[in-house]
Amino acid sequence: MIAYLGRRLIQSALILLGISLITFALLYLLPADPVRQIAGRSATPATVESIRRQLGLDQPFLVQYGRYLWNLLQGDLGRSYIQRSEVAQLITARLPATLLLMVGAIVCELLIGLTMGVIAAVRRGTATDQSLMVASFIGVSAPQFVVGLLLLYVFAVKLSWFPIGGYGTFSHLVLPSLTVAVMSAGWYARMMRSSMIDVLRQDYIRTARAKGLARITVLVRHALPNAILPIIAMIGIDIGILMGGIVVVESVFGWPGIGQLVWQAIQRVDIPIIMGVTLVSAFAIVLGNFLADIIAPFIDPRIKLR
Amino acid sequence: MSSPAAPEVHSRPMTKPRPGVLRKLAQRPLALIGLVIVVLVVAGALLAPWLTKFGPDEQMFDGLTLSGEPLPPNATFWLGTDLLGRDLFTRILYGARTSLIIGIVANGIALLIGTLVGVVAGYYRGWLGSVLMRFTDLMMAFPALLLAICLAAVFQPSLWIVALVIALVNWVQTARVMFTQTSSLAEREFIDAERTIGASSARILFMHILPHLIPTIIVWGTLGISTTVLLEATLSYLGIGVQPPTPSWGNIIFENQTYFQAAPWLVFFPGIAILALALAFNLIGDALRDILDPTQRGRS
Repeated sequence: MIAYLGRRLIQSALILLGISLITFALLYLLPADPVRQIAGRSATPATVESIRRQLGLDQPFLVQYGRYLWNLLQGDLGRSYIQRSEVAQLITARLPATLLLMVGAIVCELLIGLTMGVIAAVRRGTATDQSLMVASFIGVSAPQFVVGLLLLYVFAVKLSWFPIGGYGTFSHLVLPSLTVAVMSAGWYARMMRSSMIDVLRQDYIRTARAKGLARITVLVRHALPNAILPIIAMIGIDIGILMGGIVVVESVFGWPGIGQLVWQAIQRVDIPIIMGVTLVSAFAIVLGNFLADIIAPFIDPRIKLR
Repeated sequence: MSSPAAPEVHSRPMTKPRPGVLRKLAQRPLALIGLVIVVLVVAGALLAPWLTKFGPDEQMFDGLTLSGEPLPPNATFWLGTDLLGRDLFTRILYGARTSLIIGIVANGIALLIGTLVGVVAGYYRGWLGSVLMRFTDLMMAFPALLLAICLAAVFQPSLWIVALVIALVNWVQTARVMFTQTSSLAEREFIDAERTIGASSARILFMHILPHLIPTIIVWGTLGISTTVLLEATLSYLGIGVQPPTPSWGNIIFENQTYFQAAPWLVFFPGIAILALALAFNLIGDALRDILDPTQRGRS
């Protein structure tokens, strides 16, 4: 167990190192000169040169990367070109909002996806099953910004059930969470359906039915807990898809999280912010995968650590 | 130069796509719906100049109300007009070209990179294989959309750059699948037999491994178009994809979204177009997987 943990930790650390190298290389290759952006248009060549030296941008690639890495380890993600503040501060200030949205989205997608999957599996081969699977296909094919704008139009503009945008109360959370959830809910529905079908084929389910248990008891007490196991392990991996959705949805709903931060940074070509958020998201994904691997054997003893 | 006939009969791939695939596809109602949508979109994109009397960038004098608002759908402008008084139906038709070009080009490049990386890593293994697969794992840890945003922000976006950016993000899943398939194929006896009779690696790869991978390539290629169409639309919606005035379903929504409360059709129609095309390729891809991949048969 300890050896496994150690090996997985080293692997995760190496992946993070690689990610930092790629983001830095992108920053380095950038055709737009950050010094020019900081110095402004009217700066003399001498000023530009001195700023360049000040920022250490005249050093060779590896030296610059080394310094970047050293700063990263201290939690320093660099400074925004335009907002003149620390990227790390901008991100930490907005992280709670994004985390709240992620929790809301995970709750929604599990509720919708698992319910759809279970019903489809139980009614396998019927029209209900077919229409649920078509619905799941529509879910995974729907662009999130369109879903968001349509939900906004119907439920906020026309029906006024929810606020048009913003942040603060529970009702602000509903539409953005639903929007992020639609795509993953489609995947969960399909996975839950096939997982449930596999479990319903098992002998112990037949035994449970044979000893006279009610259909619903067999379903809830015996089938569901086992069918859900592989799905739980997926949540860690799902974080990557969630992060992408969050950028779009936060910009549609004006949700003050790191997705909106990225969106604003895109408009102003503020690369350090984009890179910072990418790094933080990649970190979240690596962490999610790591936790999923660690937790998996506890919730499902059949999984052996390798 | 004619080489002596090698005993190739035994290595004929079991699941090589036969001409019947299209017919089998057409027998499945969902796949048929997908095929019809794809045919309609392709026809719309190719025949755009004949299907509409307006130009995609043509700003019509009568395309706006007197107070300068876009027109809702009507007899002249079938799907209404946009904020600049251009015909929305025309822009959606020409936007289909953007989506299809990017869908085919970006997905083609992604498929090529993914297959190459996966097959080479799966066949040669050793240090080359581990380096390639560790790199693939690394790319998997990147959130796809954010990586695409980084790349698009670094390079100035144009149609071809957007295609390239999407390809650089989307090859990863294909590489993983190809790696798994190739490494299990490389262990099979018929590959050992080929090696024993002295076949070169190139011959084994192209004559014996690649044909077995074709069904997988077709399935992932089809599903990949759907992912690509969605990613292009999303990047264009965020303003870093295909740039106006070149119409793209994503940037039509990007340009008009400030007005969508008053003119919801400007979001609704392009949105339906994106959904329909992505859905079509998902439906076809899923049916192809059932038809071509015997290990998946009977699971759904």
